[in-house]
Amino acid sequence: MIRFQQVSKRYPGSGDALSELTLEVDAGEMVFLTGHSGAGKSTLLKLIALIERPTRGQVLINNRNTSGVSRRAIPGFRRDLGIVFQDHKLLQDRTVFDNVGLPLVIAGLRRKEVGKRVRAALDQVGLLDKEGSMPLALSTGEQQRIGIARAVVAKPPLVIADEPTGNLDPDLSLEIMNLFCRFNEVGTTILIASHDLALIERLGRRRVELKDGRLAADSHGPSPGHA
Amino acid sequence: MVRPQATRKRPPAPKRDRGARPNRRRAPRKAREPRTGSGGIVTWLSRHAQSLVGSLGRLARHPLNTGMTMAVIGIALALPALLHLSVTNIRALSGQWRDSVELSVYLEHGRSEDEARSLAAALERRPDVMETQVVTADEALGQFRAASGFGPALDALEDNPLPHLVTVRPEENHTTADAVAALAAVAGDMAGVAEVRADTDWVRRLHGMLDVGRRLVMLAVIVLAVSILLIVGNTIRLDIQNRSQEIEVQKLVGASNGFIRRPFLYSGAWYGLGGGLLALGIVQAALWALSGPVARLAGLYGSDFRLAGLKPEDALLLVGGGAALGWLGSGIAAARNMRRIEPGRSE
Ligand SMILES: Nc1ncnc2c1ncn2[C@@H]1O[C@H](COP(=O)(O)OP(=O)(O)O)[C@@H](O)[C@H]1O
Ligand SMILES: [Mg+2]
Repeated sequence: MIRFQQVSKRYPGSGDALSELTLEVDAGEMVFLTGHSGAGKSTLLKLIALIERPTRGQVLINNRNTSGVSRRAIPGFRRDLGIVFQDHKLLQDRTVFDNVGLPLVIAGLRRKEVGKRVRAALDQVGLLDKEGSMPLALSTGEQQRIGIARAVVAKPPLVIADEPTGNLDPDLSLEIMNLFCRFNEVGTTILIASHDLALIERLGRRRVELKDGRLAADSHGPSPGHA
Repeated sequence: MVRPQATRKRPPAPKRDRGARPNRRRAPRKAREPRTGSGGIVTWLSRHAQSLVGSLGRLARHPLNTGMTMAVIGIALALPALLHLSVTNIRALSGQWRDSVELSVYLEHGRSEDEARSLAAALERRPDVMETQVVTADEALGQFRAASGFGPALDALEDNPLPHLVTVRPEENHTTADAVAALAAVAGDMAGVAEVRADTDWVRRLHGMLDVGRRLVMLAVIVLAVSILLIVGNTIRLDIQNRSQEIEVQKLVGASNGFIRRPFLYSGAWYGLGGGLLALGIVQAALWALSGPVARLAGLYGSDFRLAGLKPEDALLLVGGGAALGWLGSGIAAARNMRRIEPGRSE
């Protein structure tokens, strides 16, 4: 599902954020990406989302080389990807329903279908009763669940999350991670950057550790949905 | 192994809704999502309708800003429209006057009435002359007597001081100043003619002024069209800046530039349409305010001239042109400003 081949990323005016990184994530896996602040976790995720491009090396997503994805093709590429952000990036002047439905509207689904799928996604994150609320009226944990609902509503094969529990207390963090686990159990490949080591330990999934832009450790844990 | 079970308000079992589960059952399935197929056009149309209504709703939420922008556009559009109306009305008026272009050919004193008649006949044979009329010295005196009220004074004259007169009306397509002047020259060279009067200067001047007026309308249209592009462009640019976060999020979840641009284009078109309607209102109000006095003035000159309003196609052009300019202005602004907003750049 994800393959990094000798990938280096250098931002203008600074050293290598990633260097010579080679990594493979299979379809159906759930992988945690850890490492110190500045290790290159966010950079790795940005390369997957085509927010940044590698300086050297190849990034393949779903057997597709991202270097072949033109600027114009990026939107279509991102529609096959769910992204969850630390600050959830919800549109504050739209209702929960409109926020979650955004990827579906973009994909051109009909209103009826949008409504059906949005409610299903909200049901899965346990916030079906909040569809008419504005994001600011929700707690931080709830807002993050809305962010997750938006990421999965179009049923992308791959979901990436950058510090999704960074702003949450331990209980809420566990709740969010369990939500990811549940989506993984039905086949979605999930890659989460996090430095919440204690929590990751409890979940017992594969953990990839970066250090100064290089692979420092890779523990293959159980990966349901993939033999 | 932790059970996925922790959320607080979550109902215990997920519903068996088909579209509900995040099971993707293989990527190729995605190809099924609309875009083409029988529902394609309907979806496309309904998406546009949604943007159309949505952008209107957004404008309505800021009535003051929206109203100001529309007012500026309306005034900018009304200006050339009013100029255009002035020119067309003056031209219509000059058309009425053009009918009265006439040459007065005065015979020398002592020439007989017969000579006047044969002169008239000779002129009438010319292809550029429509008709001639002989006004004998006696008739002329009679007319003058009736019109001037100097009857008794005129009775005191022994001789009729007036010469015979032949009035000449040129053919319809020979009423330009040049043609009239040429005809006057010909008549002036004929035997027995003392003087030819043809006041062609004012025709010349009027046509010159109308040409200037038409040029002015064109200039005004260009200048004001550009200013409307700038007004709408600037409004939309600010709008895009204010919503840069929203645009960034849209890009992150896979929105194409076209999708993001659409509501801005519709906003621009709404601004232009509103401005066009306002301009139409301004023009109609001006016509309404002027029509009474103009009719009264025309009446004083014995004319039934009436102010011509905008023709339906002109009105359509005004409103449609406004909308098109708004669309174009926002399109230019969107193309210039949207590209700069890219996710990741701000971090
Ligand atoms: N846009 C950027 N421009 C310049 N340097 C950057 C940029 N983004 C990240 N970096 C640098 O790249 C390195 C990796 O950053 P990042 O991927 O954000 O790490 P992490 O998410 O693991 O904290 C850091 O040294 C950071 O300063
Ligand atoms: Mg980071």
